[in-house]
Amino acid sequence: MLTKEQLMVHTQNMRRNIVKMVHQAASGHPGGSLSCTDILAWLYFNEMNINADNVNSTDRDRFVLSKGHASPALYAVLSEKGFLPEEELMTFRHINSRLQGHPNMNYVPGVDMSTGSLGQGLSCAVGMALANRLDKNDHRVYCIVGDGESQEGQIWEAAMSAGHYQLDNLCVFVDYNGLQIDGDVTKVMNPLPFDKKFEAFNWYVTTCDGHDFDSIAKALEQARANKGRPTAIIANTVKGKGVSYMENQAGWHGVAPNDEQCAIALEELKGE
Amino acid sequence: MGKMATRDAYGNALRELVSENPNIVALDADLSKSTKSFEATKADPSRHFNMGIAEGNMMAVAAGLAASGKTVFASSFAMFATGRAFEMIRNSICYPYLNVRVCGSHAGITVGEDGASHQALEDIAIMRAIPNMTVLCPCDGKEAYEITKYAAKHVGPMYLRFGRSAVEDVHDDSYTFTIGKGEVLKEGKDIAFVACGLMVQESLKAAAELEKEGICPTVVNMASIKPIDKELLIELANTHHTIYVLEEHNIVGGLFGTVCEVLAQETRTARILPIGVLDSFGESGKPQELLDKYGLSAKCIVERVKETN
Repeated sequence: MLTKEQLMVHTQNMRRNIVKMVHQAASGHPGGSLSCTDILAWLYFNEMNINADNVNSTDRDRFVLSKGHASPALYAVLSEKGFLPEEELMTFRHINSRLQGHPNMNYVPGVDMSTGSLGQGLSCAVGMALANRLDKNDHRVYCIVGDGESQEGQIWEAAMSAGHYQLDNLCVFVDYNGLQIDGDVTKVMNPLPFDKKFEAFNWYVTTCDGHDFDSIAKALEQARANKGRPTAIIANTVKGKGVSYMENQAGWHGVAPNDEQCAIALEELKGE
Repeated sequence: MGKMATRDAYGNALRELVSENPNIVALDADLSKSTKSFEATKADPSRHFNMGIAEGNMMAVAAGLAASGKTVFASSFAMFATGRAFEMIRNSICYPYLNVRVCGSHAGITVGEDGASHQALEDIAIMRAIPNMTVLCPCDGKEAYEITKYAAKHVGPMYLRFGRSAVEDVHDDSYTFTIGKGEVLKEGKDIAFVACGLMVQESLKAAAELEKEGICPTVVNMASIKPIDKELLIELANTHHTIYVLEEHNIVGGLFGTVCEVLAQETRTARILPIGVLDSFGESGKPQELLDKYGLSAKCIVERVKETN
């Protein structure tokens, strides 16, 4: 269990790497990567039983990044964990790289599901949770879906099936940063309310501040204590969190910073 | 020889697999009585999950189970299994190379009375267009049983195509299935029938009729569509003047498309002609009426051969 201070060293480094990865690739999705950075750090360091010895096994807790375009955040945390050399991060989105634009489970240790096409990852997480039940183990399955992603009907098919099968070993974060490519999620196609929708499908629902470790930890504790229902944690987040000019700007969903912008971001993140 | 629907044989094999192998899981989308996947519940109800009428979710749930080490048989009508869930099959099953068997029953026009909305005539085309996918279409109960048993051992994603109607047995109990191999059922000369599914039986009936008039077609059962028996196709194309490719499927992109793609790249003497659904939707009707109307029955095959021979 890392302290908040130790975790913050990791999240600062993750954020720097996210900006650098997207900058060097001149493409990628910084906004939604920065919004789920703190959740990922907590999951990989303080929640899931994943380590260098079991990373290549399925006999452990699993994680599905349903919003696969936030791959820079996932690669960054895998690097912090030591599963991926930090210098390899700078091959992100390049030819012959293991670090595809959207994650491939067969290339990268610690990537538990290939994702990228929105709406499918939560269903995959449901399948993993069913497998854990069949295998009678107590491993848990975690998933992050985007708020915009929840416009996909399949998210609610998955929610229905997880509720139906009472998968209390499944815990889903909704990265509620409020923005998608074309703008405010409520203006593009209003997916709200999340809580009542999940509750209607027989989920336990709680909320957290997705950038506050105490708040994330408390929500996960509630999820673990909850029996007979899957848990949805509506995480209030800021798109582009940590880079002033990216924060709360839909325009930074899928755009790379130029050299000057990258330098400003790294300065703000107390980078090199 | 008796009669059996390939879906019934699938159900029997699946029940045995669930009973023999703790790693097998079956999923269905509210059609388990029709697809016969409910047979799995007789072996172990805990390893059969009804996912409701939500095929897209079912396929991605299957992917998640497979990513946890299970071998998953996910069944629905061929139309919805492959059509509705195409992109889940592509991105969540085939791209990560997971052990999911997409099992499409009620394929083709012989679904009958349900009509065009339920008659999958594009499923072979869309499944075989996906990298990593294996596509198999058995012609009778014995072959469907063997293919289902084989599927439990295969590594990587598969599409298995089954039919609704009872079809005559082509094989006896000694038959064993070999992936990537065509099966020469009848050695003839000049013309060859390369068929899959129930078109194998129609080909055999047509061949028997044609023999009365001195035309002796070679008849090949090509249950393994991807991978296809390239060697056999090349041999056929250089020892016959015409290859007829027969399928209960649109002539676009299915077995005819596969054969053409292979032989277009080879030096050959034979021309290649399709006998399938001519890029149209089907309609309601009895299976035999539909086979006659859409040019697929033995009688139609005989006519087509006489017109083109």
